[in-house]
Amino acid sequence: MPTELPILSLLIWGPILGGIWVLYAGDRQVLTIKYLAFGVSLITFVLSILLYTDFDSTTYRMQFIEFAPWIDAFSINYHLGVDGISVPLIILTTFTTLLIILAGWEVIDYRLSQYMAAFLILEGLMNGVFAAQDAILFYVFWEAMLIPMFLIIGIWGGPNRIYATIKFFLYTFLGSVFMLVALLYLYSEANSFNILELHDLPLGATAQTLIFIAFLLAFAVKIPMWPVHTWLPDAHVEAPTGGSVILAAIMLKMGGYGFLRFSLPIVPDASLLLDKFMIALSLIAIVYIGFVALVQQDMKKLIAYSSISHMGFVTLGLFVGFSIYAATGSGSGSQMAMEGAIMQMISHGFISGALFLCVGVMYDRIHSRQISDYGGVVNTMPHFAAFMMLFVMANSGLPGTSGFVGEFLVILSSYQASFWIAFLAASILILGAAYNLWLYKRVIFGDVANEKVQGLQDINNREFLIMSLLAIAVLLFGLWPAPLFEIMGPTIEHLVSHVLQSKVI
Amino acid sequence: MVQLSDIVVLLPEINLLIFACAILVVDTFTQDPARRITYLLSQIALLVTIGLVFFLHTGASIYVFNGTFVSDPMSSALKAMIGIYGVVIFLYSFEYLNKQDWVKGEYFVLGLFAMLGMMVLISAASMITVYLGLELLSLSLYAMVAMQRDSASASEAAMKYFVLGALASGMLLYGISILYGITGTFQLQELNQQIQMHTGQNALLVFGMIFVIVGIAFKLGAVPFHMWVPDVYEGAPTAVTLFVSSVPKIAAFAMAIRLLVNGLEPLMQDWQLILIILAVVSMAIGNITAIAQTNIKRMLAYSTIAHIGFLLLGIIAGSHLGYAASMFYVITYALMSMGAFGIIIFLSQKNFESDNLDDIKGLSDRNPWFAFIMLILMFSLSGVPPFLGFWAKWFVLKELIASGYVWVAAAAVFFSIIGAYYYLRIVKLMYFDKPERPVLAGASAQMQVVLSLNGIALLVIGMFPGLLMALCLSALL
Repeated sequence: MPTELPILSLLIWGPILGGIWVLYAGDRQVLTIKYLAFGVSLITFVLSILLYTDFDSTTYRMQFIEFAPWIDAFSINYHLGVDGISVPLIILTTFTTLLIILAGWEVIDYRLSQYMAAFLILEGLMNGVFAAQDAILFYVFWEAMLIPMFLIIGIWGGPNRIYATIKFFLYTFLGSVFMLVALLYLYSEANSFNILELHDLPLGATAQTLIFIAFLLAFAVKIPMWPVHTWLPDAHVEAPTGGSVILAAIMLKMGGYGFLRFSLPIVPDASLLLDKFMIALSLIAIVYIGFVALVQQDMKKLIAYSSISHMGFVTLGLFVGFSIYAATGSGSGSQMAMEGAIMQMISHGFISGALFLCVGVMYDRIHSRQISDYGGVVNTMPHFAAFMMLFVMANSGLPGTSGFVGEFLVILSSYQASFWIAFLAASILILGAAYNLWLYKRVIFGDVANEKVQGLQDINNREFLIMSLLAIAVLLFGLWPAPLFEIMGPTIEHLVSHVLQSKVI
Repeated sequence: MVQLSDIVVLLPEINLLIFACAILVVDTFTQDPARRITYLLSQIALLVTIGLVFFLHTGASIYVFNGTFVSDPMSSALKAMIGIYGVVIFLYSFEYLNKQDWVKGEYFVLGLFAMLGMMVLISAASMITVYLGLELLSLSLYAMVAMQRDSASASEAAMKYFVLGALASGMLLYGISILYGITGTFQLQELNQQIQMHTGQNALLVFGMIFVIVGIAFKLGAVPFHMWVPDVYEGAPTAVTLFVSSVPKIAAFAMAIRLLVNGLEPLMQDWQLILIILAVVSMAIGNITAIAQTNIKRMLAYSTIAHIGFLLLGIIAGSHLGYAASMFYVITYALMSMGAFGIIIFLSQKNFESDNLDDIKGLSDRNPWFAFIMLILMFSLSGVPPFLGFWAKWFVLKELIASGYVWVAAAAVFFSIIGAYYYLRIVKLMYFDKPERPVLAGASAQMQVVLSLNGIALLVIGMFPGLLMALCLSALL
């Protein structure tokens, strides 16, 4: 390892301690805590860039490993490490948090220090989820994350926030506790909580299926997959802008990450057994939820449903690999599908985050999310309209934007499995274009709809900065996704070869 | 033969007895309406007891008084815990009694006698000692619940508690008499050996065992022997509820281990089945009924019932690790329960218990720090990491699954999701709602410090649970 710094620990505990500091500073000096929170999140972001620059992308092995015994009696360790899957997600987390701190700069006037602190603590916990190499450590971060999110939606959310946040918490809690049972069962078999050791643990077919279902409950709720997606529109609509962004950009990705880290490698045979089921659920999400998105009247709800539909691509890319392998006999198609899925996760992080910020920008000015309250925004907010155009296009998968790369890879590779899977998946290109462009037309184009729109101020420098950063990210990964593939290539290759081998005893 | 060295083993109990009697006398003569001397002497009594337990603990099992009394690692650990918790409970209670202008010396004397009963129960090596300790504990608790004699609800609670408790004691005695009749011994270790030899008479032994389990289940408050719990929790003054809800559970856990494990381990397969039913039904009824409550004390009563169900799961696991998990659970649970009732005491005022759900609305606006402590307590009770309550559930579930009861574990986690709802509701009331009326919460500095430590302990021990786990493991291996 080139660096001696315990980067991962700093990425986890830096923001958490920073958050406590912000909390302690309190609401007395508003500007101080803003700069403090901004500073902490900026330093964290810079540190996370070190992960990229110092990453050795020739190996699939875990890097930046940190290891310390935690609970000796049961060999639970404070064991951190990252591979090609975790690094992009950690950078996405630190980047998004930085933007959220900026986005909340002038908007939040109620309990500001607690707001900033909640996001910083959340950032640390999310980094912990992506870096944990011990199943119990993972679970602790995974669950602890719910607490700040519960408070964020509940304190700073909209009128129906209490219903939304309790639903969010209970739904995710429901999924996770069964994952805990599965992890404890795995421990009783393997006598270890080390995730990599669990990857090599041979398991019977029935046990694998039950474990798969337990994992599925946890990850399907988080992603979310149809039919356990109903918490997401509520949570998104009621959450403050920052909460929606984190939810869409990072938290949904944890479900996908869970499949990559737990379901697929620990129970590959059950994944193979149930892959058609997973593909069916993914296609339902893509097509059905796409139609649902079409009819939404609330902008946030529309983007929330579009997220579910796009996450269907992620699960499709993760599970279609078995059919590709069966059809072609080679793992390269499966690898492409999986890389497409991860690309989709990262890209969706930027795009959905950007779209929620766009809605936030309009909501801050008019205090309405209803599409019918808008119209002709381009006349009063031309810069904003330009940015939103880019993000809307990216969301419908326009080539040249990051939204295109992942979708294209998944559709292309699933064609090797079956024409009809690819056909149904490709319907998102039409549906996505429909709901995105229709949204854009109704909100942005046309005549100025009412006096409120007439009085709109275009985005200020701060908002311009946030939008530009996101636009750069969307275009960068759309035009030149190579660095991302370079990082995750060896990891995915190893994962695919591991997953395609049976480990039934 | 009773020797002098036997007496030494009993020193913590003897010390507590002498102190309790002395305090009773001192309290009669003190003129101070605030009873500071009584309070201070009670705290000293507990501190001396903790010290004696600590210095006399050897790590070995010593049987004294003809094998009726045992001092082993588990008894030392649990007695020390009861002593430490007792200090905190007395501190909270003194605060409450002062706030209500209702300081009674009897509270502390009865509390000390109850703790003496618990210590005897914890160290019981014979069924007679179990009964002796249990009755001393129970009678003191009945009296404590009834102390507020002008209050109709307290009197009703005490009456209910007493009648049902007496019935349960009778059941226990009946069970003990059957076991004695078959095996001819009260001594738990001998009982264990005798049962192993009398394999043919299992039906009769199980018959006796069922009555013993009734006694244990009543003391713990497991469904269907839980009827007294909500009424006592709600009807008794908060200081008494605080006491009833915490340390006696530790003693009841010890009673279960002494009787079921030390005495009736050969019948494990039989009591496991019964306990599974008790545990699952307790978790179901406790968690579901708690949702419907509007009174925090009553809600916590049902929450206790659910937690007792979880606690039993560790015993069901039927391994030493499982018993250690249960011990970890009960220690954790008592700590959380103390904190929760501590918050209610913190919020209470003269002639105002502040125990309705509406009374904590908007607490985070009025007092962010103690709202945060309550938030920790609630998330810990619902078993969300990184708080200590999570590790308690984790440990129990782990041992349960290791023993092969995966489906019972799945049922347990399912009911804890239901349980999460009413704990979240408290957080919701504190953080998301606006206060209905300006309630001035306040307490003395020491109360504030200890209550804060109580909450922070859940976070800190939750981040480093290894030491407490190691303590429980060493106590039961």
